[in-house]
Amino acid sequence: MITIIEKNSSAGDGFRQLILGLIFGIAFGFLLQKGGVAKYHILMGVLLLEDFTVIKVMMTAVLVGMIGIYVMHRMGMVEFHLTHTRYGANIIGGLIFGSGFGLSGYCPGTNAAAIGQGNYDGFAVIAGLLAGSWLFAEASGRMKDTVQTWGDRGKLTLPELLELGRGTVTVLTAIILVVLLVALELLTPR
Amino acid sequence: MSATTQAARVVLGALILLSPTQALAQELDGPSSLAYPGPAWSPYIAGALIGVLSWLTFYFSSKPIGASSAYANIAGLLGKIVAPRKVDKLVYYQEKKPRLTWSLMLLAGIFIGSFLAAWTGNEITGWWLPPLWEARFGEGTLLLRLLAAFAGGVLMAFGARLAGGCTSGHGISGTLQLAVGSWVAIICFFVSGIIVAMMLYRI
Repeated sequence: MITIIEKNSSAGDGFRQLILGLIFGIAFGFLLQKGGVAKYHILMGVLLLEDFTVIKVMMTAVLVGMIGIYVMHRMGMVEFHLTHTRYGANIIGGLIFGSGFGLSGYCPGTNAAAIGQGNYDGFAVIAGLLAGSWLFAEASGRMKDTVQTWGDRGKLTLPELLELGRGTVTVLTAIILVVLLVALELLTPR
Repeated sequence: MSATTQAARVVLGALILLSPTQALAQELDGPSSLAYPGPAWSPYIAGALIGVLSWLTFYFSSKPIGASSAYANIAGLLGKIVAPRKVDKLVYYQEKKPRLTWSLMLLAGIFIGSFLAAWTGNEITGWWLPPLWEARFGEGTLLLRLLAAFAGGVLMAFGARLAGGCTSGHGISGTLQLAVGSWVAIICFFVSGIIVAMMLYRI
């Protein structure tokens, strides 16, 4: 088992970790572009309910990732990296995020991929992302004891919520994803 | 209830929810995104490989893929140059110190990887105004586009930090770990995204 945890280093992550990050990033960007999700019209296409490429890429990634991570976790090879379920923040933040997604036509990761393939309007999105991050940091003090506490359920997972085993939920989710993917492939033009 | 009936119910529900919206969308005016090129690779291949990539980041780096927090990191690093004492006072940056991280390198890599993919596939675009936007709003609307892009960026960064992740962090890494908040967040991303996109392009 390989664990590289350098959380307390004030200088940042170690050299090996930084190089790995860059390599994984290059692979991620390459796959995003090849999967078509660096394209403005494909990202807008899913929000206009015309082009389901984005959903197909995401669902397949979740399907494959979920099964692999489940198996690797069972074998003690990886740890989970769960974030808190905070219903209030997840919903309010999620709706704010989505409206920005619709307005810009890119999301934070695909925006970087969009610039990589030459969509220069992505630079305006970057300026916005930096400004928005700063705004959030400015407001973070006030939100910590308010919005962030609404419906805080800790690191809640679907198996815990449904009171089923992780294996069962993984299989169920996999079946649902496969059926949805088949339905999308049969029923949508793209 | 058996797994298949449960799955069938979910699919049926999703289709019932989707079909009238889709029919409505087709009746309304506006340029179609389908008039422009599709993905270079099958979305299933690209998606499956992103899934495999998530195994590798978990195993080798003990990190989930995510993009949005790197922007907060950059904003903090820039803030440290301009107003270092101010940064130290902000709760977010007290908890997440701005520094050179794995996530920052991941984000940097996305630019390079996408460039390589577009370059090898002859898909370099090199424009400022997306053709679909031009078809809808006209040629001389660059300023409007940049404003929309900027405002979208502001909303996304704020929303992602509040929600705890973006389309990668929640939409892929969180959902594949079966985190409840991530499934809630990704549904919300699409709900308001669809509303705003329809307002821009179909009304």
